[in-house]
Amino acid sequence: MQINHKIVLTGAAMGASAIALPAAAQTLDVTLTLPRLSVAEYHRPYVAIWLEKEGTPARTLSVLYDVDKRNNGGVKWLRDIRMWWRASGRSLTLPADGISGATRAPGTHKLSFPAGKGGMPALSPGKYTLVVEAARESGGREVVRVPLNVTAAGAKGSGSGQFELGAVNAVLSR
Amino acid sequence: MMKFRKPLFLLAATVAMALPQMAGAARPWMLPSETMFAGSGNEWVTVDAAISSDLYYFDHPGQDWQPVVTAPNGSAVQVENRSVGKLRQTFDLGIKTKGTYKIAIVNEMLMGSYMLDGERKMLPRGTTAATLATAVPQGATDVQTATARTRIETFVTAGEPDRKVFATTGTGLEMVPVTHPNDLAVGEPATFQFLLNGKPAAGMDVVAIPGGIRYRSDLGQMDAKTDANGKVSFTWPEAGMYWVSISSGGRRGPGPGAGGTGNAPGAGRPQGQAQGEGGPRPLMGPPQDRATYAMTVEVQG
Repeated sequence: MQINHKIVLTGAAMGASAIALPAAAQTLDVTLTLPRLSVAEYHRPYVAIWLEKEGTPARTLSVLYDVDKRNNGGVKWLRDIRMWWRASGRSLTLPADGISGATRAPGTHKLSFPAGKGGMPALSPGKYTLVVEAARESGGREVVRVPLNVTAAGAKGSGSGQFELGAVNAVLSR
Repeated sequence: MMKFRKPLFLLAATVAMALPQMAGAARPWMLPSETMFAGSGNEWVTVDAAISSDLYYFDHPGQDWQPVVTAPNGSAVQVENRSVGKLRQTFDLGIKTKGTYKIAIVNEMLMGSYMLDGERKMLPRGTTAATLATAVPQGATDVQTATARTRIETFVTAGEPDRKVFATTGTGLEMVPVTHPNDLAVGEPATFQFLLNGKPAAGMDVVAIPGGIRYRSDLGQMDAKTDANGKVSFTWPEAGMYWVSISSGGRRGPGPGAGGTGNAPGAGRPQGQAQGEGGPRPLMGPPQDRATYAMTVEVQG
């Protein structure tokens, strides 16, 4: 639940800076469902959430893994979030404030990314893709891509996985 | 192994037999246990090296190849636990620093023949430039040789890919990445440049075959031809390990897979070598230099 604290904190910081930086009023809310799987050996998946825009480097918004392992041991398996690792993970130093978070239990989770905090940039209008990838130890791996057409009014998109991810919804508000 | 009695066939047989493991459908390869590493400094890759008909399975005798590893800073690194088994070789490599490692096996051997007592004799298999003097007996005349160079490579990266290990030597066939070989993904085109003896290997056939041949009905081979700069592009249809290979010289003739690229016009071949340009090689002509390059790359998806 570590990430929750961070979100609360960054949310508070946002309030102070919102007047000075009106562009940072954007917030991307991502709702994702981790399916409950009846398997003998279940480990919570590692999950990465990132933004892609053609011609620019991918931006990691959040990566959920074993952040509490001794000696930062959880990062060893981050490369198993393979598409994220290639797109962004291998160029990051983790843990990173506002990006690293603990793994989540099955269920629906809402994560909020205020622009200018953590890995979340202020989004100018254009075509983006929100990507969510879940990789489970001794289990499967799945990528869900959610196209986001950002306009002055914001953006809205959704997608769904079949195996390791359920519904993914994204709303960019301002 | 076939035996050729008649001297007339000897030279034709030389080329085919000098590297029997390279002939026909047998493919040389290395397969790393992983290609992407966190870069903690305390990770290992295990590499299998073999020749086989099917990728990536062990179905030919294990080869006593000497792996040469280049670390991200360009220095040489020793492998550990190297072992040559009946069907494959295996070794471990410590991933100590961030960046891209090149794992290579480079073979160079001489093939050819000489005249002794009115008979044409073949150089023994395994002859190299260093052992040529002892391989040719006193009194031999008309010594004809050609060099067969084979380069087998694979790449692994800890953290972000870099490019220090891609320095070329100017001998045989070599790969210069346009797209980094540890940065490949499904649906994205990847471009590689090939050099033959340091010059662009233009107009040559390149194949890419996904691993897992045994359990599918379609070989899945992708064929492409290098452009004037020796560059070739592939767009990967699915994730997995791919074997990418190119050959020059050697056998000729129509049909794919015959290595029949030696007579491609303007193939960037260095001058002054006996290559028998143009037209089919006469049966009794001098042996031809040949070169083979094969790499295993992982495509993410």
